[in-house]
Amino acid sequence: MVEFLIKDLNIWFGQIHAMKNVNMEIGSKQILSVIGPANSGKTTFLRMLNRLNELNDNFRMTGEVLFGGRDIVEMDPETVRKKIGMVFALPLPLPMSIFDNVAYGVKVSGVRNRKLQAAAVEKALKQAYLWDEVKDRLDTSAFKLSGGQQQRLCIARTLAVEPRVILFDEPCSGLDPISTAKVEEAMLVLKKDYTIILVTNNVKQAARVGDRTAFFLSSELVEMDGTDKIFTAPRDKRTDDYIRGKFG
Amino acid sequence: MRKLKEFVIEKLILFCGLASIFFVVLIFLFLLKEGLAVFKTVTPPQFLFGKSWYPISEPPHLGILPLILGSLMVTLGAALISIPIGVACAVYIAEVAPLKIKEILKSGIELLAAIPSVVLGFIGMVTIVPWIKSIFHLPTGLTALSGAVMLAFMAMPTIVSIAEDALYSVPKTYKEGALALGATHWQAIHRVILPAASSGIMAAVMLGIGRVIGETMAVMMITGNAAVIPHSILQPVRTLTATIAAEMGEAVVGSEHYFALFAVGIVLFVISFIVNVGADLFLHKKEQ
Repeated sequence: MVEFLIKDLNIWFGQIHAMKNVNMEIGSKQILSVIGPANSGKTTFLRMLNRLNELNDNFRMTGEVLFGGRDIVEMDPETVRKKIGMVFALPLPLPMSIFDNVAYGVKVSGVRNRKLQAAAVEKALKQAYLWDEVKDRLDTSAFKLSGGQQQRLCIARTLAVEPRVILFDEPCSGLDPISTAKVEEAMLVLKKDYTIILVTNNVKQAARVGDRTAFFLSSELVEMDGTDKIFTAPRDKRTDDYIRGKFG
Repeated sequence: MRKLKEFVIEKLILFCGLASIFFVVLIFLFLLKEGLAVFKTVTPPQFLFGKSWYPISEPPHLGILPLILGSLMVTLGAALISIPIGVACAVYIAEVAPLKIKEILKSGIELLAAIPSVVLGFIGMVTIVPWIKSIFHLPTGLTALSGAVMLAFMAMPTIVSIAEDALYSVPKTYKEGALALGATHWQAIHRVILPAASSGIMAAVMLGIGRVIGETMAVMMITGNAAVIPHSILQPVRTLTATIAAEMGEAVVGSEHYFALFAVGIVLFVISFIVNVGADLFLHKKEQ
């Protein structure tokens, strides 16, 4: 099934042409890794999908992005963001307790019943492999957790809203190898139920978890294919050079 | 040679620092010395809770309760008006307004802060006072309410600019995090951004109130200056500050009246000190 269909996408921030003629088809219930050097447009691409780019006053976009067959620009942004969750590069707990962090999205979508909230929080924390570590201290501040725990908390927070898609923006860039392994493990389990798009600077991570991989360079999509294909026999020379670490 | 230069500059800075502390202590001691002398004639409870202020009758009645209540009423009124408007304005500037309007509003508010209080008092006298007189059908428009409205205008720039700073310094990532979970802009503001900035906003409110308590000129011009215990906000009142300003020139040096005015100064000092310490505590809480 196709989750996203992107046609002739162009994005500008003021004078800067941040995304050039991108056409893409993203399948559902699989992991798409997005790789590319800094400033290649990976994050812009990701933030376009849940319409966070619009927070910038200079943002302009042309083309069409269909999400489950509907144009995202015509849906209201809150609905888009509920269906398409996002986990940021740095773990960003909100300044409140562990429980409230996870319950936040549930609350804003209108669930007032405390029991339902608690059930949603427990389920999400279990899915993010965090429940056992925090179940006895749900009322303490989220800032007391370690970096890796905070990042899994952010994943739980996103899951609690029950999205269809989860966007990961370099989720492991600030984490140690063990925490990284835990986050990757969670992603591999989650792809059974969710479409995952992972932007990463770590080429090896893309190879480890991605079903498909897209390579961006200078605001353009160079190529996109099955991960095995990209890493063994890429069509474009630039992809090959990047994967081999000739530039970055 | 270099060492000597370093030494001289260091000592110079030390001297400047000590001097400012020294002067503050000196002022405080002078205030205490002159003010505490009033307690030879009245006891502290009589002074603080006495219901009549007739400093030049014989014997003088030196009860400052009417003045304290006057200050309190005007300050509370001003706070009730300026806090909601000021905070809402700060939220608008920090979160909602487009860039251009934001800049216009910010400089407008700085301009408001730059108007001398006597000018505001004058404007209040010819606008607010007659309005209040005709709206409420009062014999005089010189009331606590007029003073409160006027002072609200004075507190607003402080509250808006400091609260706006506090809101602006909330990490953008909090807002994005909340929005990415499907929160609307308003939900993000009131459940994430406002709580995160709450200590800064409290400090802004305290500093705004501090300015209101210390304000003299405008209140003296438009609150009517009747040193009686007020029963409603539509009566003339006299504040602590206005009392000192109005009567100091006439008080005989060394008289009970003179000492009493200094004691009023101590009361005022203590109140502003408490407010400032409160604001400081909130600001520090934020840093932790």
